[in-house]
Amino acid sequence: MARKTLVIAESKEGQCRHVSFEAIAAAKQLADGGEVVAVLCGDQVEAFGPILGYYGADRVLIVENEQLKSYTPDGYKQALMQVISSEQPKAIVMGHTAMGKDLSAGLAARLDCGLVSDITDLEIGDKPLFIRPIYSGKAFEKKRINSEMLFVTLRPNNIAALEKDETREVTIEVFDVVVKDLRTIVKDIVKKTTTGVDLSEAKVIVSGGRGVKNAEGFKPLQELADVLGGAVGASRAACDAGYCDYSLQIGQTGKVVTPDLYIACGISGAIQHLAGMSNSKVIVAINKDPEANIFNIADYGIVGDLFEVVPRLTQHFKEVLQQA
Amino acid sequence: MNIYVLMKRTFDTEEKIIIEDGRISEDGVAFIINPYDEYAIEEAMRLRDEQGGEVTVVTVGDEEAEKELRTALAMGADRAYLINNEEIEVYDQVSTVTLLDAFFKDKKADIILGGNVSNDNSTGQIGPRLAEKLGIAHVSTIVSLKVDGERVTVERDVEGDQEIIEASLPILVTAQQGLNDPRYPSLPGIMKAKKKPLEVLDLDDLDIDEEEAEGLTETIDVFLPKARQAGRRIEGEPEEQVTELVRLLRTEAKII
Repeated sequence: MARKTLVIAESKEGQCRHVSFEAIAAAKQLADGGEVVAVLCGDQVEAFGPILGYYGADRVLIVENEQLKSYTPDGYKQALMQVISSEQPKAIVMGHTAMGKDLSAGLAARLDCGLVSDITDLEIGDKPLFIRPIYSGKAFEKKRINSEMLFVTLRPNNIAALEKDETREVTIEVFDVVVKDLRTIVKDIVKKTTTGVDLSEAKVIVSGGRGVKNAEGFKPLQELADVLGGAVGASRAACDAGYCDYSLQIGQTGKVVTPDLYIACGISGAIQHLAGMSNSKVIVAINKDPEANIFNIADYGIVGDLFEVVPRLTQHFKEVLQQA
Repeated sequence: MNIYVLMKRTFDTEEKIIIEDGRISEDGVAFIINPYDEYAIEEAMRLRDEQGGEVTVVTVGDEEAEKELRTALAMGADRAYLINNEEIEVYDQVSTVTLLDAFFKDKKADIILGGNVSNDNSTGQIGPRLAEKLGIAHVSTIVSLKVDGERVTVERDVEGDQEIIEASLPILVTAQQGLNDPRYPSLPGIMKAKKKPLEVLDLDDLDIDEEEAEGLTETIDVFLPKARQAGRRIEGEPEEQVTELVRLLRTEAKII
């Protein structure tokens, strides 16, 4: 059954987020031959129109408004409700990012529809079914939506984006909205992340635990992450010990991540940490303790001192990537 | 101030998940207050101690959830409500929000706090959905909160960066890790908690029909992820180990 599907795309730091392209791929499946319309809100986002088309959107709506420069629930709900009532989609897809998680729930309440958050897969049959992790990935559930409108958010890195095709014809339209009476105002943004690679979207994560010993000990991990274009994460033990910020924490409290490559350095592998990362595609563990639990789930294990191994790894990858 | 906290009874994070007859088994499972809700409870008490007023904790769940409410009272909350949801068959976040919406109708809350997600379903839907239904503003994943008269200033965690946000009461906020260090219940606190008011409400008390609170999504299956096997140990001196690892990641795993 063809089903017009709306993708709520997102930009961050001068780029369209990759999870938005993944959302287009999921929307294509859900649309089942119906039109896929991508909408991008913000303050100067027109430049991202074409790329959303190259990744598969049939039509792109650009919603520019000064009030939409930063995400606020009021501003974005108002803008998107205007888009939704004009476009009348049957399904909505967006990334399960900080914005997606918040906005989707507020919009779903306004639309009185069911919402399946943070899906990692979908099955298209008579009634589409959505798969999502529960208990931070210790288990999964399969859900269907009983409201007429289908609404899902997508966990980054799980559904592959379509191949980028720059020859695709894309219709780009400007969509004007009225946004007013914002009840929350973003006064300032304090940048704390260094690389701009978000943990939940990173393809490579280099993660440190108690074995990193102190804040300084994260430096070699950051260097390795930088060479691989990845992000740095941490176990709860490292955060609790004050070696790094809680925003880096991976686990049952903290972030759940599914990168292509997870390099665990000096992490013992408590069940709470494993819940947050064991659905990564390839796991490497580096730990002094040969009995560490992390080795039981690692594809490749190195028993050794992370301060001897990690810098060497950085050096080797640098050489290899230069040759490539 | 009229301060409310939404909290949930969840599996202890140590628990393994066991599936029996297509459902997650609760046999012998230890329960806790959802860790993110503990930050909300702590922040609510700080706010009360600074501004005066009362902290009311509210949970939606089965009768067992009384235990976790008592723990919150022992931490220092003043009163508690348990909204019993056992009658509702098709249940999801919409159900919880429908019950909470009805509960808050006559409450005049100045501020509602909750965790930004639960550690079981982790949808993060309750806060934003409830704020929308109640017609009040909300900010999610906060790491600091200041209230000055009607003015509210919060810091919000956005994927590791922080937004400084201004708003006013009434407001709903959801807690992110780093907001505070939740206290443990003290022994006198535990004794006092036994005498604090705890009221159980059912659908009739909230004037809601079972159908009205039915969820709009349905779980049709639960399953465990494919178990991971221990892979290969790479032996040798650090230089040899690293050379071999890089080779394996390129040729076998084909990641780099």
